[in-house]
Amino acid sequence: MLKIFKLAVRNLARYWRRTVLTAGLIILGIVAVLLFVSVSGSFKGVIVGQITDSMIGHLQVHRKGYVASIDNLPLNLNMKPAQVEKVEQALGDMKDIVASSPRLKFGAMFSNFTETTNIRLNGVMPEREAATVPLLPGRLVQGSAANGLIERGKMLVPEILAKGMKLKVGDTVVLVATNLDGSVNGKTFVVQGVLGDVTGPGGRDGYIHLDDARELLRMTQPEVSEIAIRLKDPKRLDRAKADLEQALAGVRNAQDQPVLEVHTWEGLSPFANIARMIDLLDIFIRVMLVGIVLISVMNVMMMAVYERIREIGTISAIGTPPRRILGLFLTEGLLLGLLGALIGTVLSLGLVYALNLWPVHFNFARQVIQLAPSIAIADILLIGAIVVVVAVTASLQPAWKAARMDPIEALRHV
Amino acid sequence: MSLITASELTKTYRAGDVDVQALRGVDFTIEPGAFVAFVGPSGSGKSTLLNMLGGLDKPSTGTLTVLDTDIAALDRRAAADFRGTNLGFIFQDFNLIPVLTAYENIEYPLLMVQDWPADKRRARVTELLEAVGMSDQAAKRPDQLSGGQKQRVAVARALATRPKLVLADEPTANLDHDTAYRILELMKKMRDEFGTTFIFSTHDPKIMSAAEVTFALEDGRLVNSGGKHA
Repeated sequence: MLKIFKLAVRNLARYWRRTVLTAGLIILGIVAVLLFVSVSGSFKGVIVGQITDSMIGHLQVHRKGYVASIDNLPLNLNMKPAQVEKVEQALGDMKDIVASSPRLKFGAMFSNFTETTNIRLNGVMPEREAATVPLLPGRLVQGSAANGLIERGKMLVPEILAKGMKLKVGDTVVLVATNLDGSVNGKTFVVQGVLGDVTGPGGRDGYIHLDDARELLRMTQPEVSEIAIRLKDPKRLDRAKADLEQALAGVRNAQDQPVLEVHTWEGLSPFANIARMIDLLDIFIRVMLVGIVLISVMNVMMMAVYERIREIGTISAIGTPPRRILGLFLTEGLLLGLLGALIGTVLSLGLVYALNLWPVHFNFARQVIQLAPSIAIADILLIGAIVVVVAVTASLQPAWKAARMDPIEALRHV
Repeated sequence: MSLITASELTKTYRAGDVDVQALRGVDFTIEPGAFVAFVGPSGSGKSTLLNMLGGLDKPSTGTLTVLDTDIAALDRRAAADFRGTNLGFIFQDFNLIPVLTAYENIEYPLLMVQDWPADKRRARVTELLEAVGMSDQAAKRPDQLSGGQKQRVAVARALATRPKLVLADEPTANLDHDTAYRILELMKKMRDEFGTTFIFSTHDPKIMSAAEVTFALEDGRLVNSGGKHA
């Protein structure tokens, strides 16, 4: 095998300009793919991390029909205490769950005594909320988290409202909310902190203590709108969803219909579609890489066979077995692929390192995002393997042609 | 026992719409250790005959036995094995592998055709380089060698596996007269040294005199069968 490698290396070096050009194309393709995968992966990671770790959680449980009307934040579709208890019980039995947080979501009027506007609010249990969405306290641009996240009688105000209404930590504000029975209630709160806006559902919501929310809404029983759930391993999202759905399947109404439904963050955030589009682009660019490698290697190997017809005739005439001739040309294709894959990967790693040394910032929906691209070993191995396999596949036809060549015809070739 | 026996060999091939009869009933025998020339003008059938002897082409009719093997009956793979084991080839255009040095060109059949171990290969190549007077040019690639030197390397390569028969198609056609003679002398010396049978083709009447046995071909027929020179 070593002798074939040695001869293949010499043959590639013989037409070094063509080899460099072809390897260059492969390198370019690999760099493009690995950079795209790392940068898009970093972008996806930042946004998805933000969505799951500072707003939505990985999974949410709602009463059936709630999500369909979520824009109205309907209080009449809250989960009743018995249903909440069932969910808590199911979550307690599941090993995949790290934390869960019951939330009471509602709309209110928000006033600083001179101006009034609308606000979406989350009534939360501070410690459970901070455990379920651990990046939420980190979004505080003013003030600090206390009592895990928020103290009673205080609120976290979204930055966009704080700026618009010129609010700062310690200011007093009034929240006025309409109750389930249609009556209105108001309550004053002190601003504990200002939350930086992030992209996605709930990215501009305010937060108060769950008990304060129930008091404001004059709730007689401890209802919640949703229970957000954090998983140990986000990769087990679909499995955990299925397990939870199965565990909650027994919670049914009088018509024997399931009362609760489970949603993944993907089902609740429009960014999931952008993430899917990024995944599609990822596939598309990989297909392009396959095309580049296939065409360039096939082209160079066909030229190599055509230019060496007499040489093939000679080695065939002196008794070189056809399988060795086939092996020689396949090895040339393999080495081209390996060379391209190796240099392309090293170059990509260098570029990714540079992107981490000099980070790229860009604006995405009112947010400045800093990318920290990285390349997974699995991606390097997969893309390297794709390139090498495609390079060898592209060499098959020319190599087969060389191995099957009639030595007399080949020796006569001018 | 003859090394080669040919009986009623014919070869017809198609060139466009025309059937060309390259050989029209050729009979001959060649003994082991002979130094044989097939002579004749261009198109007389010399190359076709040498291709058949080398298992590169098959006769249309007739029988051809080389080293007790019905060579026409071999399939593609068996023919390659037969050539690799029993035959050596010398070409008009030298046909050395351009990316290999003189040493490596001679080593090629031992490495890629017969899988000899490294120490045996080294000994054999060194012996052949010395025998053809190319020891001091061993590290040079073909483009750094003269025509005569290339053909010496080609002779050494043909002898590398110690074949019983070496076929040389117009081995001197691209060489000047003196070099051509030296190559033929070298081939004869190799025959004497290794006992290999040499068969070469030529259209040059001056060169044919170097052969010990001459077969003259004309229009695909043997017109002078097995004439012996002193």
